[in-house]
Amino acid sequence: MTNLSVDATAQVGQPLPGAPNNWKRFFSFSTDHKVIGIQYLVTSFFFFLVGGVFAMIIRGELITPEADLLDRTVYNAMFTMHGTVMLFLWTFPSLVGLSNYLVPLMIGAKDMAFPRLNAAAFWMVPVFGVILMASFLVPGGPSQSGWWAYPPVSLQNPTGNFINGQVLWILAVAISGVSSIMGAINFVTTIVRMRAPGMTWFRMPAFVWTVFAAQIIQLFGLPALTAGAVMLLLDITVGTSFFDPAKGGDPVLFQHLFWFYSHPAVYVIILPIFGIFSEIFPVYARKPLFGYKVVAVSSLIITGLSGIVWVHHMFASGTPGWMRMVFMATTMLISVPTGIKVFAWVATIWGGKLRLTTPMLFALGGLTMFVFAGVTGIMLASAPFDIHVNNTYFVVGHFHYVIYGAVVMGMYAAFYHWFPKMTGRMYSEGLGKLHFALTLLGTNLNFLPMHPLGLQGMPRRVASYDPEFAFWNVVASIGAFLLGMSTLPFILNMIGSWVQGEKADKNPWRAIGLEWLVSSPPTPENFEELPIVVAEPYGYGKSEPLVANADKLEVAHESR
Amino acid sequence: MQGSTVSTDANYTEANAPVVEAAHHEEHPDLRVWGLLTFLASESLMFGGFFAAYLFLRGIATQWPPEGTEVELLVPAINTVILVSSSFVIHLGDSAIKKDDVAGLRKWYILTAIMGTIFLAGQIYEYKTLGYGLASNIFANCFYLMTGFHGLHVFVGLLLILGVLWRSRRPNHYSATKHTGVEMAEIYWHFVDIIWIVLFSLIYILTRF
Repeated sequence: MTNLSVDATAQVGQPLPGAPNNWKRFFSFSTDHKVIGIQYLVTSFFFFLVGGVFAMIIRGELITPEADLLDRTVYNAMFTMHGTVMLFLWTFPSLVGLSNYLVPLMIGAKDMAFPRLNAAAFWMVPVFGVILMASFLVPGGPSQSGWWAYPPVSLQNPTGNFINGQVLWILAVAISGVSSIMGAINFVTTIVRMRAPGMTWFRMPAFVWTVFAAQIIQLFGLPALTAGAVMLLLDITVGTSFFDPAKGGDPVLFQHLFWFYSHPAVYVIILPIFGIFSEIFPVYARKPLFGYKVVAVSSLIITGLSGIVWVHHMFASGTPGWMRMVFMATTMLISVPTGIKVFAWVATIWGGKLRLTTPMLFALGGLTMFVFAGVTGIMLASAPFDIHVNNTYFVVGHFHYVIYGAVVMGMYAAFYHWFPKMTGRMYSEGLGKLHFALTLLGTNLNFLPMHPLGLQGMPRRVASYDPEFAFWNVVASIGAFLLGMSTLPFILNMIGSWVQGEKADKNPWRAIGLEWLVSSPPTPENFEELPIVVAEPYGYGKSEPLVANADKLEVAHESR
Repeated sequence: MQGSTVSTDANYTEANAPVVEAAHHEEHPDLRVWGLLTFLASESLMFGGFFAAYLFLRGIATQWPPEGTEVELLVPAINTVILVSSSFVIHLGDSAIKKDDVAGLRKWYILTAIMGTIFLAGQIYEYKTLGYGLASNIFANCFYLMTGFHGLHVFVGLLLILGVLWRSRRPNHYSATKHTGVEMAEIYWHFVDIIWIVLFSLIYILTRF
């Protein structure tokens, strides 16, 4: 039997992960989607810490009204690098990593459709991470034009060097784009073509739906950003004038190209988080996901709407009135599919038998923060209000509630929920709850003060401000340092538990899903025999089996 | 791998097993085509971004194209005819391999490669004789960016075709049942062709009106 299974793997012809079960496989060009998933998660978490250090430097500067801690150019570089690192090196790759780990397991596939492409896409992440960090070493330092890189600011090259911070920034973002497109092709092909027998579209877990919806956005949105970046690069390096109004160009054109991708990119980030919520609430409330089909389809509606809202970032960019009206309406429409999801989660929790474990706490916290961010989002969608608070801390507060409150909390929920599956060990519940308390407190201390500050008119991206804003800035800075501290129990928990945590069995949460039917961690090709799915997901409270061949998924594993 | 499952109550499994096995082996080439189509759908939107930018900049310009940077029509028109016909030629190659005719495949793919090379040579000739460069003015920016980016894709397509020709030297590498690489090169070539038709209409024809 052992021989047979070896032959089978040889027939499949997929390269197995280089080094077998030891830590070295995480440093190899492994093509196992689970190894790649963890590579993504760990790499991106490292950059999350780097971006966090930048954030704390920014908040350190802002703890006093005067610009006293840093030179203003360094401050500009700090907020540019903070935004760029957090988006391109933390949120995107970490969500791709989680999706990489879970999607093949959840749809009953042995790996992604293109394993080598998958590995190549991952290894670009450290490459462009290093390129971006290298911009600290070039004369003039990193880009100072913010993560939007709007011309004309981004076209200035005060040092006159050919290799400058802005050029390296564009290079890093371009490589990130290539890596994302490769990932998107892989995910879409995998989800459409590699589902297990019986895994129909409406038997897919909601998480897979959200990944599918998010990756379609990457496919149609990223080319616009890449086009804009190419034109920007030509403007800086060879003297074209796409964005130079004096020579017939237009800087607003860049804003269109940039936001045509970068607004939908927010949905690339938040959709998988919606998927995580949809997975976690049913498990810890012991109830099926309320309105599963509607929740699943609403992800695709968000994908569709995301392509027609970008101009709401440009209400103050000389946008004509009729255009403001149109994009105000489309932006507000997004709240319909989003609201459907929120109500579905509330209805899932309602009357459930809640188990308040760490992942559930983070999911509940993330959902609450998301609702708050949604309310300020609707406020910002309204053109008259947006013009009032445009470029103030209100906007910063809004998107940090989305990105930290919902996305980072949702990611933490996912880390804890699937930690036993990924490592085969249980995490420490006490440290987890401490981590949750610090994160929730820190998030609100840090980002809530930004709303009154913005309403009072404090502009974003400034190193000094009027002393009347001092109180809320001090509160926000304390919150930021607290958030920095909050990562310590998490790191301790993850490393400590992975090394010497209690052994986890296949399904410690009594969850329903294909990934919970195989051992923790799963073997290199996941399923010895492809599962034959016979039921919809989330069969909590029913006693019907999910697959017809549950006892055969791991035959060879048992006999090895 | 299915052979290792010894079970009694596995009528359902047994019935499905061969299908699964077959699907796995047949599916792989199919998925490559799928991946390519997904990529090209995305890549076409990058041209879409350039086209949109071109129309945007044209919309705000007072004169388009500005004086002194007019386009020439004869060479590009000949080029268009060559590139569009090459799409039919490459399809003959694909039809040949479907009948197991490797010599036919090679003949038509060599002809396609020659036509692609003539197209690129024509484009270089056009660049040399236009009398203005990439940075001359906003129209020149757009002109060279769009045609250059398309030319890059023609070049990549040419490399794919040469790759197919190189591999076809090995006996039995391509056959009526196994020729995904041939198909992918053809799909890519059609993509380059379709983009050119849009590009030609935008730059060479619409500027006349």
